[in-house]
Amino acid sequence: MSQFASSDRYIVSDELAKAVDVAMAIGRPLLIKGEPGTGKTLLAVDLAQQLGKELLRWQVKSTTKAVEGLYQYDTVKRLHDSRFGDGDVGDIAKYISLGPLGRAFELEEQTVVLIDEIDKADLEFPNDLLHELDAMSFTIPETGRTLTAAKRPIVIITSNNEKELPDAFLRRCVFHWIAFPDRELMARIVAVHHPRIEDELLASALEAFYRLRATEGLRKPPSTSELIDWIAALRHADIDPAKLLGARLPFLGVLLKKEQDVARVERGASGGGRGGRY
Amino acid sequence: MPAVDMRAGGRGVPLFLDFFYKLRARGVKVSAHNWLALLDALGQGLHDSSLDGFYAVARCILVNDEGDYDGFDLAFGESFRGVIADLEAFTEQLAEWLKDPQQLLHLDPALRELIDELGIEELRRQLLERLAEQKKRHEGGNRWVGTGGTSPFGQGGMNPAGVRMGGSGGGRSALAVADSRRFREFRKDLVLDTRQLGTALRRLRRLQRKGGIEELDIDMTVDETARNCGDLEIVMRPPRKNDVRMLLLLDVGGSMDPHAELVSRLFSAAHKHGGFKELESYYFHNCVYSKVYEDAAFTKPVPIDHLLRTKDANWHLCLVGDAWMHPGELMMTSSNFWTLDRAPSGLRCLAKLADHFPRSGWINPEPERLWDAPTISEIRRVFPMYTLTVAGIDQMVEAMRRPPQAARRSHIGRVLRQAD
Repeated sequence: MSQFASSDRYIVSDELAKAVDVAMAIGRPLLIKGEPGTGKTLLAVDLAQQLGKELLRWQVKSTTKAVEGLYQYDTVKRLHDSRFGDGDVGDIAKYISLGPLGRAFELEEQTVVLIDEIDKADLEFPNDLLHELDAMSFTIPETGRTLTAAKRPIVIITSNNEKELPDAFLRRCVFHWIAFPDRELMARIVAVHHPRIEDELLASALEAFYRLRATEGLRKPPSTSELIDWIAALRHADIDPAKLLGARLPFLGVLLKKEQDVARVERGASGGGRGGRY
Repeated sequence: MPAVDMRAGGRGVPLFLDFFYKLRARGVKVSAHNWLALLDALGQGLHDSSLDGFYAVARCILVNDEGDYDGFDLAFGESFRGVIADLEAFTEQLAEWLKDPQQLLHLDPALRELIDELGIEELRRQLLERLAEQKKRHEGGNRWVGTGGTSPFGQGGMNPAGVRMGGSGGGRSALAVADSRRFREFRKDLVLDTRQLGTALRRLRRLQRKGGIEELDIDMTVDETARNCGDLEIVMRPPRKNDVRMLLLLDVGGSMDPHAELVSRLFSAAHKHGGFKELESYYFHNCVYSKVYEDAAFTKPVPIDHLLRTKDANWHLCLVGDAWMHPGELMMTSSNFWTLDRAPSGLRCLAKLADHFPRSGWINPEPERLWDAPTISEIRRVFPMYTLTVAGIDQMVEAMRRPPQAARRSHIGRVLRQAD
């Protein structure tokens, strides 16, 4: 009943839905990897919405440190207050603010925590979180306060595979690789974003899209989000679906973001043969 | 159809255990940790009493890299192909497995091995604890279990051929899914794209976190100063920037022509994604002699001695070539009549390089089974050799982070002395 499933805004494959269920049931973080634009981040957003739980989002950057997800101690403010301000600087707790993971531990209700793009951070970053994710508890040394999660938060971690994650970390995660959607799933995904799309346009656009993706040697093959934008552009300009099966695609720049890719596709198209059949 | 060993009428766990062995044989490193988690999940009925469910649950817990998906699919197919007709017996086995963990521990040498690493008492305790826990949870009714039933694995209702993969309407059974090997292209032992090679090369960066001239850590300085009640407290740290220097020597022409595409991918990966502080590349043909060349047309020679003079031992050296040549090219000192010195043999030139650059490796695009050829095995004694695959580059990077083997160094020393 509470099993995770596709919603009217987010389409999920059965294997991914199962992985989410498993992660929640055995209380382990769910690590999601996959091509950019396959909806890794949206998964957490949608899961939180489906379960009616608060989503705490932690966007990881190259400079992010593990402890920032737990808490931050604003020493500068405290120093400033001690010299120029009023207020009680003896109370260190006043200068401690909790990070997303810290807040999740503090709240009574179960929450969904999204650790987005964990691969952006330093290589040691995931290792620094091992204990906290295992025990779901940490201590703030400055105040001696220990926070233990009342309800284990559901942790969703996404990675774009830019760095390898340490083995010890991987062992503790439930893992799912979001495969690129096949046509059938893609049609459902598009329908979520363009509910009133005409069948003919959808079919032609998908045909053109998958043919384009199959082009040899693309540096950045177009992804789901680009397809959705492209269809929006097509609908806006009221393009005749039959045109999509021709050699030259309209709004190619929406699908391909690299000059070399555009050049390669156009070369292939003007080379005759392939496009002529349609 | 492989016969399924159902020793003593299904007692014991040959099938499940077999799966565990097959996974490990396929290089999917299943840890005891994950195996216990799988038991936990199965105990909660997450697999919905179907092989499809088992496939999905087992994969997301046991595999943690998409590169291993294919190995998982292979092991799954091998283990369960013969079983499908007798799925009920299989789930009974699983149930029994869970019921009697003591017996399991005696029966299971592979798990034992893992357990020995971690301390058997601790694991036994954990296992029993988990089993007790899952029983409790189960009796309480778990909301994740879709189809009721009191036994952890439900009973009946399973139709292996007709189990639908959920709502997608594909109607493919787990075995068909496993057999289709959708993840073959993610295997790490195949060469993929430039970006993946680049990611592999970039791991060299880890080397360079320590040492170097320290720089001011502004954030920490502000932080520490504030903690220090405003008295300046300077914090220094090693620079974060990558200062790996890489010397790349590429074999071109002749027997390397079929590999040109691959080598150029590696080359562009090193340039674009390697993020090296310095990267220099030179070309050679078949074997390195006293010169290498700046261009693939061999018009701009650079003497090896110049490389050795200008680059210190902190440089990493990576040679790319098939090491496939006439033994004479490697072993004979060339008898160049017009020079007074006898030019050193190819092997000696290589040994000189290996001696000067302790962090070095040879990447060979030929498959490993050909590496017993005489010239290749001779070169392998001087340079550690790796395949031109993502896994190969990974291994090389890993090896470059460790000191060279003593045996290899003494062999290099012998080669160098021989020629004198």
